[in-house]
Amino acid sequence: MLTFNQYRKVTSLEEAYELNQKKANKIIGGMLWMKMGARNIGTAIDLSGLGLDKIEEKEDEFSIGCMTSLRDLELHPGLDAYTGGAMRESLRHIVGVQFRNVATVGGSIFGRFGFSDVLTMFLALDSYVELYKGGIVSMDQFAAMERDNDILVRVIVKKTPLSVAYLSHRNTKTDFPVIACAVAQTEQGVKAVIGARPYKACIVWDNDDILKEGISLESAKAFGEYVADHVKTGSNMRGSKEYRSHLIKVLVRRGCQVLGGEQNAN
Amino acid sequence: MQIKLELNGKKVTAEIEADMLLLDFVRTQGCYSVKRGCETANCGLCTVFLDDKPVLSCSTLAARADGRKVTTLEGLQEEAAEFGAFIADQGAEQCGFCNPGFIMNALALFRENPYPDEEEIKEYLAGNLCRCSGYEGQLRGILAFLEYKKSKEQKGE
Repeated sequence: MLTFNQYRKVTSLEEAYELNQKKANKIIGGMLWMKMGARNIGTAIDLSGLGLDKIEEKEDEFSIGCMTSLRDLELHPGLDAYTGGAMRESLRHIVGVQFRNVATVGGSIFGRFGFSDVLTMFLALDSYVELYKGGIVSMDQFAAMERDNDILVRVIVKKTPLSVAYLSHRNTKTDFPVIACAVAQTEQGVKAVIGARPYKACIVWDNDDILKEGISLESAKAFGEYVADHVKTGSNMRGSKEYRSHLIKVLVRRGCQVLGGEQNAN
Repeated sequence: MQIKLELNGKKVTAEIEADMLLLDFVRTQGCYSVKRGCETANCGLCTVFLDDKPVLSCSTLAARADGRKVTTLEGLQEEAAEFGAFIADQGAEQCGFCNPGFIMNALALFRENPYPDEEEIKEYLAGNLCRCSGYEGQLRGILAFLEYKKSKEQKGE
């Protein structure tokens, strides 16, 4: 249970930033994960009055306010078209519609949670976070940073040409993933992003040019094995590290096949 | 702190604690259909509409409802009774504990997508858990309701 004595719906980012410098105070996003533990905080800082709950599509990028709900992200026609349905696929298995109407993209990304489908998906894209003091930082850099008292204001997705596929394996519907996987073909080559391993999502590039000659069943399989060899997995109540490493091979192979044009590979 | 909101069409002003959850608030206002099922934001039993969107009231601050519109099953009696009869016809539920959240989210689905197919129904309602049934009865009830709605519309009623 989450308890606090003060609630402040801030009227500026500066106000939020100042409040957030005190360790006891916390910014609340959707509050879904934060409320799962027993904790008492000083002031709950609410950014919902700052108009940061919208997705703006520009010619060369999407600018996504931190308070945008996962449901709005899932239903955005521009993001759906740009990602070929992968954005929606990465979100639609997260609990339920009511949950996704509450959960925010800022909360999901700022938490850098190991279980996160959202972080896995954004790492596959040419994406950035805009921090109030820290400026614009690439998503992979941000994922590696320690949590601090800055504010994640927006997530930016550049419309860099790419194709992307998203797959996850769950023991049961609406549960956390056992493995989350995104595969993206970019101008720099192919990369796989593996989340829920159960550690924080990480990127593996096709540095051995396994897929350079094109995607075939053989090359897709080989890349799956390569990724599984380069990703550290661990065990928890949802699955063993061996099982996860096996799933990585399968999901990366299927993801490559989807990119290769086999729409039903998954 | 003070909040002002519209609850089931009525204007309400109330003094609340800063960390009060919307679920607990609507229950203080007599909306007992809204219940806490799981405490882990997974079961969907506490579903209410916030500005017409279904949300988990167990994970939403009452403070965030300030200036907004909140709807619970108590405010949708007619719509709920019409649809609920089809669920009852199938004997879909045993204990009925999950029913209010399920009905709320089904009504949200029909508003967003008036004639969903089976896959769309399953996807939209995945966040409403029922521990008695295998969801088959609910699915039959929904499909029967959609048939009824369609025939009613065709007759121009």
